[in-house]
Amino acid sequence: MRTSVFTIVFTTIMIWGCGGAQQRAEAPETSDSALLKQEEVHGAEVKEIALNNPLDLAMIDEGQKIYDMKCSSCHKLTEERLVGPGWAGVTKKRKPVWIMNMITNVDMMLAEDAEAQKLLELCLVRMPNQNISEKEARSIIEMMRKNDGEK
Amino acid sequence: MTVKNKTNDVKMKTRHLLGGLVIVAIAFSQIGCKPNNKGGNSELAGDAAQKVYVAPGTHDEFYNIVSGGFNGQLSVVGLPSGRTFRVIPVFSQSPESGYGFSEETKPMLNTSHGFVPWDDSHHVALSTTNSEHDGRWAFINGNNTPRIARVSLKTFRTEEIIELPNSGGNHSSPFITANTEYAVAGTRFSVPPDDKADVPISSFKQNFKGYISFVSIDKNTGRMGIKFQLKTPGVSFDLARAGKGKSADWFFFSTYNTEQANSLLEVNASQKDKDFILAVNWKKAEEYLAQGKGKKEAAKYAHNVYDDKVHSATSIMMNEVMTLDPKECPDMLYFIPCPKSPHGCDVDPSGQYIVGSGKLAAVIPVFSFNKMQKAIATKTFDGDFDGIPILKYEAVLHGEVKKPGLGPLHTEFDGKGNAITSFFVSSELVRWNIEKLEIIDRVPTYYSVGHLSIPGGSTAKPWGKYVVAYNKITKDRYLPTGPELTQSAQLYDISGEKMKLLLDFPTTGEPHYAESIPASMIEKNSVKIFKIEENMHPYAAKGEKEAKVVRKGNEVHVYMTTIRSHFTPDNIEGIKMGDVVYFHLTNLEQDWDVPHGFAIRGAQTAELLIMPGETQTLKWIPTKVGVTPMYCTDFCSALHQEMQGYVRVSPAGSNVPLIWGTGKNPVAEAEKKVAKK
Repeated sequence: MRTSVFTIVFTTIMIWGCGGAQQRAEAPETSDSALLKQEEVHGAEVKEIALNNPLDLAMIDEGQKIYDMKCSSCHKLTEERLVGPGWAGVTKKRKPVWIMNMITNVDMMLAEDAEAQKLLELCLVRMPNQNISEKEARSIIEMMRKNDGEK
Repeated sequence: MTVKNKTNDVKMKTRHLLGGLVIVAIAFSQIGCKPNNKGGNSELAGDAAQKVYVAPGTHDEFYNIVSGGFNGQLSVVGLPSGRTFRVIPVFSQSPESGYGFSEETKPMLNTSHGFVPWDDSHHVALSTTNSEHDGRWAFINGNNTPRIARVSLKTFRTEEIIELPNSGGNHSSPFITANTEYAVAGTRFSVPPDDKADVPISSFKQNFKGYISFVSIDKNTGRMGIKFQLKTPGVSFDLARAGKGKSADWFFFSTYNTEQANSLLEVNASQKDKDFILAVNWKKAEEYLAQGKGKKEAAKYAHNVYDDKVHSATSIMMNEVMTLDPKECPDMLYFIPCPKSPHGCDVDPSGQYIVGSGKLAAVIPVFSFNKMQKAIATKTFDGDFDGIPILKYEAVLHGEVKKPGLGPLHTEFDGKGNAITSFFVSSELVRWNIEKLEIIDRVPTYYSVGHLSIPGGSTAKPWGKYVVAYNKITKDRYLPTGPELTQSAQLYDISGEKMKLLLDFPTTGEPHYAESIPASMIEKNSVKIFKIEENMHPYAAKGEKEAKVVRKGNEVHVYMTTIRSHFTPDNIEGIKMGDVVYFHLTNLEQDWDVPHGFAIRGAQTAELLIMPGETQTLKWIPTKVGVTPMYCTDFCSALHQEMQGYVRVSPAGSNVPLIWGTGKNPVAEAEKKVAKK
């Protein structure tokens, strides 16, 4: 039962994800100056990350704040799985680039990455887009490294 | 469809002769009431299906922003498909989203009469710059308890509602000036001033006034405020349009009941051969205001504003309004005689022609702005009405469209020098050339069209292509649903020489006016989420760390978070009978299209639907001792069914302590047990 519900949800999301807007007519000009532009931070693939040694304290602090607001509902800092996996040991298990993409580019990861797909089968809730920028995600990694005992 | 009805009747007769006869009689009487279907289906375009087909996953070409009439709301429809995407709550409560039920949105429906949860919304005005659509806001009137609302075309939510004092029936509203400087509100029912209103009804001529409000609109924020009210003679203002281009400083209002009757208007307000179109020079009014000719009068009205950062509305009661008396302001108002009980009063894209539509008239008069200027300069008057000069009909007339049809109501423009007018009585749309006043084409509507709408058809730059007829009678157009039917709309292709019917589509509420705007001007601005970092709600819980339950006397505030798929806290004890519980829900999601819902048993309000990053509050007064479940109402994930919780309510005076939590993690517990084995 759950699997079928999941399949429906997943399929729906996939279809929705592919449903691009196709304009049928000439696009009239509009004044952008009057309209606030929205940045879309989600969905760009991160290919490389340089790590600091020792850890950057300011980044840890920022990462902790984001964790409290946007991540802690589902991820514990222990090994215990809540909605998503616990974070203890995550920086040993996963490459930083993998973690980054899981945060900022989850659609690609769930479509292509076998490890990410395994996690979805286990947790049954898609890792959500929490509107976290690349820079913010990098701070989260710093905080995860501290959680894993790095200095 | 007539044929099909008859076939059904034949089948019925074989089963039950008498019943069949009754049905035949009803069928005939229905057909008898319907206007003639001239030329059968010849008006249907051969390639209609192809022209309205919007393939799965692709988008419509236009947003059609449609007034909801007696549902008090605003519909968002796609053209050419005719699909309804959303009904935006404006003047009426919406249990579906919690609008008007949640603590944050209740102030939006506050008025000088108190909380008014319903209205009748007739006319949409999309904001313009230089009389062309700019895609920022939609304005809509509340007719019954006079109000104007502003809806954001980024969030598709009602951001502001202003009440109008000294008004009764805000019909002539909220038409806007070329650069959205003002939205107007002409009162349909003249009334005595609010602060001197206890007068005999029979003193109409002496005490009643036709107030016209000019509501200013801030060009950056859209914030509204009543700049001034004109105290015009007691007549009924029906519809209005601002001038464009050379006539942009003017506003035109159709009137009826210039007989100034206060009873049996059906007869008594239809006596005169001509009523008026009132021409208002609003720039002149601004000059008089600047000269200090305005007078502040006591008037009570509510001004309600919703803030996206605090996710809450505030309602402020205003106590006075600026008024201008035309008697002290010469050269500001002129009456144009217009046959007979005019309804629509529409200005062509160039701003040169003003089209009056006399509901009871046999012609469509078209007035010339140039001629009007000349008649004013040469004082070519035909007397005055309560001190306001009446311009000579012939002196301002461009010409009349002869024998156009029966019951002309409204006119829109195709941008190619033509006008299309709707005819209620003869149930048709008629296209005619503005310059030559010649009829080009006519098509039937099903049935009895009221408003019509061409994309951009009221602006200086119509997009053309389609016209939609919003019909007042539906009868047999769709599968029947008992005595009460959906309202019917029809889409016509107007790109060719002949208007061709493309589509019938049902609508929500009872649409009056609507506007359409190219999707590309709106869709890219559509807000996807509210950023949780920017949430300034005083009861927000930005992260589960901030989730808590706080008691203040008999008030209990629950700072609750939602994420796929649990509430925090989801177990609460220590609530007592007599408590008033406020559930402040913050949706921690930051992904598009992931709202969570919240419902609790016995709540006498509605559910909440909380958008990503938003905080909304449900007030709950427990009615029974016991454990009450609560749950998420919006299917959010594969584990949505598990998104639930309990609240324990104890008797008043019990000593159950206030405790709350997300509880232990049963998954982890279960895994531990498995591991031990």
